[in-house]
Amino acid sequence: MIEKALKGSTGYWVWMLFLLSIMGAGGMFYAQQFNYGLGITGMSRDVTWGVYISQFTFLVGVAAGGLMLVLPYYLHNYKAFGRIVILGEFMAIAAIAMCLMFIIADLGQPMRALNVMLHPTPNSMLFWDMIVLNGYLVLNVLCGWVVLQSEYKGVKYPKWIKPFIYLSIPWAISIHTVTAFLYCGLPGRHFWLTAILAPRFLASAFAAGPALLMIIAMILKRTTKFDIGREAQDKLVTIIGYAALINFFFLGCEFFVAYYSQMPGHMHTLDYLFWGLGHGDQVYNNLVPFMRASVVMGLAGIALIFVSRAKQSDGLLVLSCLLIFVAFWIDKGLGLVLGGFVPNMLDQVTEYYPSVQELGITAAIWATGFFILSILYKVAISVKLEKEA
Amino acid sequence: MDSKRRNFLKVAGLTAIAGIGAPSAFNMLLKGEALASSGGGHGEAAAPSGTRWGMVVDVKKFAENPELANQCISACHTVHNVPDFGNAKDEIKWLWVEKYPNAFPEHSQDKRPDYVQELPIMVLCNHCEKPPCVRACPTKATYKKKDGIVAMDYHRCIGCRFCMAACPYGARSFNWRDPRGKDENGNPFIKAENPKFPTRMRGVVEKCNFCTERLAIGQLPACVEAAAQSKALVFGDLNDPHSEVSQVLKANFTIQRKPSAGTHPSLFYII
Repeated sequence: MIEKALKGSTGYWVWMLFLLSIMGAGGMFYAQQFNYGLGITGMSRDVTWGVYISQFTFLVGVAAGGLMLVLPYYLHNYKAFGRIVILGEFMAIAAIAMCLMFIIADLGQPMRALNVMLHPTPNSMLFWDMIVLNGYLVLNVLCGWVVLQSEYKGVKYPKWIKPFIYLSIPWAISIHTVTAFLYCGLPGRHFWLTAILAPRFLASAFAAGPALLMIIAMILKRTTKFDIGREAQDKLVTIIGYAALINFFFLGCEFFVAYYSQMPGHMHTLDYLFWGLGHGDQVYNNLVPFMRASVVMGLAGIALIFVSRAKQSDGLLVLSCLLIFVAFWIDKGLGLVLGGFVPNMLDQVTEYYPSVQELGITAAIWATGFFILSILYKVAISVKLEKEA
Repeated sequence: MDSKRRNFLKVAGLTAIAGIGAPSAFNMLLKGEALASSGGGHGEAAAPSGTRWGMVVDVKKFAENPELANQCISACHTVHNVPDFGNAKDEIKWLWVEKYPNAFPEHSQDKRPDYVQELPIMVLCNHCEKPPCVRACPTKATYKKKDGIVAMDYHRCIGCRFCMAACPYGARSFNWRDPRGKDENGNPFIKAENPKFPTRMRGVVEKCNFCTERLAIGQLPACVEAAAQSKALVFGDLNDPHSEVSQVLKANFTIQRKPSAGTHPSLFYII
C-alpha cells in the first residue's frame, strides 16, 4: 500500500522536494543548537518556554481534532464521514509526530529523553503526557492503517480493531486534557491556573483540527478527483463553527473573571496580551497586535463559515477555515505559552523574541509534519480513488 | 432480566472499586501532600519529624551593611562553580538580591515607606515543604530529601524546564550554554573552579542546594558562614525547638514569600 506514495504527479514531487529543502535547512539549524545549547534560541531565564512548546501545545489540539470525524462515524454511524475519517486519523499521526519532535527540540539534554521512561514519575504531568501522546500515536497508526488496508483489499475491517477505535475516542480527549494539566496545575502562574483551560483547549482543538482538514480537503478537491462530499462538508462547518464559538465563550469567561474580580495576578497577563502591560515607565506589548488579530480573525471566520454554507461557496469556506485556523494558532501557538511567563515570578517583565535558528527549526518540524501527512494522504486517497474507479 | 441485573452488578462493582481506589490514587499523585494541607487558611505545616533545615534572613542587617549581600553571593557562587555569562538572558544565579516589591509581590502596601522599597532582600531556593518543582519534574531529577532540602541530580535532568515553570519564586536557572566554556576573550565563565564541587553541563537546570554537601561534613552553608559575624543569616533545624533558628523565629515577626502558593518555604524574613 505504501508504494502509492512513490508514484505521483510533478506537482506532488515539487511539493515533497520543497518540504525536504525546509527540513534540510532546519536540520542544519538543529545541528547548531545541538552543539551550542538552547542559548541559541530567544528563550531566557524568565521566558523558559518559547515557540517549540507553544507549537507542541497547539499541535496536540490539531491531533485531538481528528476526534470530530472519528466520533460521529464510528460511534453514531454517521455515514457521510466515511470518506474522510481516515484523513482525520492520518492528520492526528502527523500532528503527534510534530509534537514529539517539538518536545525533543526543546530538551536541554535530548539524549536523556528516555529518562522519562527509565524513571517513571506519576506525580509529573509530563510523564502522563508522554504516555497519552505515544498511546494516541500508536492507536491512530493502528486504526488508520488496518481500516485502510482492509478497504484496499476490498474487505470489511476486522472485528478486533473495533475496541481500539472506541478506545481512541476518549484517548483523544485525554491528550489535550493532560496537555492542559501541564499548565493549569502550576501554582503562581495565574494566567494558566484556571480550571477552564482543558475545556478551552478542547474547544479550540475541535475547531482548528477540522478547519485544517477542510482546507486540505478543498485543495484535494481542486487537484485530484477526491471530493469529500457536500453533506460531510456542511456537517464539518457546523462542528468547526460551534467549537470556535465555544472557545470564544470560554475566552470571554476568562476576561470576566479577571477584570470583574480585579485580581491583579489574573489581569496582568491579559493586560500584556491584549492591551499592553504598563510596568515601571515602560509598556510591554509585543504580542498585542497578534492577539487582537486573533480575536478579529476568529470572530470573522465564525461569521463567514456559516455564510459560506448558506451560499455553498467553497472559496469562502477555505477563507473562513484559514481565518479560524490562524486565529487559534496565534491564541495557543503564541499567546498561551509566552503570555504565561509575563510577568515573571518576581513581578518583572522580559519579552521574548525567537531567534532565526529557532524559527528555522520550527519551520522544519512543520515541514516534516506536512511531509508525513502528504505521504499518508497520498496513500489514502490513491486507495480510495482506485476502489471507486 | 437476569442479564440486566448482571450488568447492573458489574457497573456497581466497578464503581465501588473506583471509589475505593480514587483517593489513594490522588494521594499518590500528590505524594501524600494532601494529608498535610488540612487546617487553617493556606494549610498548616505537617507535624515535625527529623531534621528540617531552614533559614532566617534578617533584612535589617543587610540594609545596615550594603557589602554583606555581595559577600554572601560571592561565597555561594564561588564554592558552587556558578558561571558568570555577563548577560541577563543566560544568567545563572543561586543567591541574589531583589527589591522588596519583587521579592514579595503579593504583599502590596499603599503608602509604603521609601526605605522598605529599597531594602535588599536576599532570595534563593525556598526549599519548600511542598515543592511544586518536585511535583512537576518528570524524571525525579529534582527531589526532596528527608532533611527538607530540595536537591537536584544534574546527571538525570533532561532539561525540559518544567520545574522552572512550576517554581513560584523564580529560583531556578538553566544552562542555556556550556558553563565550562570561555567567552570571546578566552576568559572562562567559571572564574576559579572549586574542585570539591562538580561543574554542570550544558542543558540542565540548577539552583541553591542549601549547601547540602557542606552540611554533610558539619559545615554551615557558605552564605551563612560569610554572614556569620553579623548573624544576618541564621541557619538550623526548624524542627528542633532549641535550635538558634527556632529561637529567632519565636522571638521575631517573620514573613515568607508567596504564602498563597501553599508551598511552606523553609525561608523566613525579618523585615
